[in-house]
Amino acid sequence: MTMNAISRSQIYVLDQDEALDFYVGKLGMEVNTDADLGFMRWLTVNLPGDPEREILLEKPGPPALDPATAEQVRELLTKGALGGYLFMTTDDAQKTYEDLVAKGVEVTDEPTERPYGIDFGIRDPFGNKIRIGQMFPRG
Amino acid sequence: MSRAVEESNRAMLRARDAMDRAYAEPLDVPALARIAHASPAHFIRTFRATFGETPHRYLQRRRVERAMYLLTQTDRDVTDICFAVGFASLGTFSRTFRQIVGESPTAYRRGRAPTDVPACFTKAWTRPSSFG
Repeated sequence: MTMNAISRSQIYVLDQDEALDFYVGKLGMEVNTDADLGFMRWLTVNLPGDPEREILLEKPGPPALDPATAEQVRELLTKGALGGYLFMTTDDAQKTYEDLVAKGVEVTDEPTERPYGIDFGIRDPFGNKIRIGQMFPRG
Repeated sequence: MSRAVEESNRAMLRARDAMDRAYAEPLDVPALARIAHASPAHFIRTFRATFGETPHRYLQRRRVERAMYLLTQTDRDVTDICFAVGFASLGTFSRTFRQIVGESPTAYRRGRAPTDVPACFTKAWTRPSSFG
């Protein structure tokens, strides 16, 4: 038995509408699923052309987490210590960087050429880190 | 109640990100405090409460970490690296580097192999801190 794909990953966000403004409005991702399940809003996004890989934008809170635990999650998220981390690739790191800067996205690391490619870092409005790279062919 | 903590954390993180990004520039506490929308005294106190060290110490060790990186990844000379990471004088750089790393920049450079994991991880995990 083998597994064959990473189909969905999750990050915590403080506000799902604000998350959409950022991930869809600024990064150019698409809403894959936005469903009110009653107990939670199931909200996933994907990169255009790649609907098989979704990111779940989950809001921490009851009943999944008790209020005190949710508060801890929110505090760790906003100080950048929760660990939510997305790596994306691009065909043109410099151009993508310039587009995102023009949209007011917060940059943590300017584009730099490294042995593996040219990449830069940004942060989402809540504290999650995102790394965007124009990768060189491997091997 | 918690909302205020979150806003404060996020503002402190924004200032810390500025140090990670713009360490080569002549950053000072008043400039960083403006990024965090706080007075300098309040900024220093809150940053320390949030991240466990003062902004000055964080920036100093970010600069040393970037110097460690450039020493092992490039052939640039020590003086060049000193200014490239934001130190204003070679004397301060050499003294600070030795105090934190335990050896001189030239000694550190000898015999260390390059690494090529994404820069965010190098920066987070190889910055000298008092925690680990």
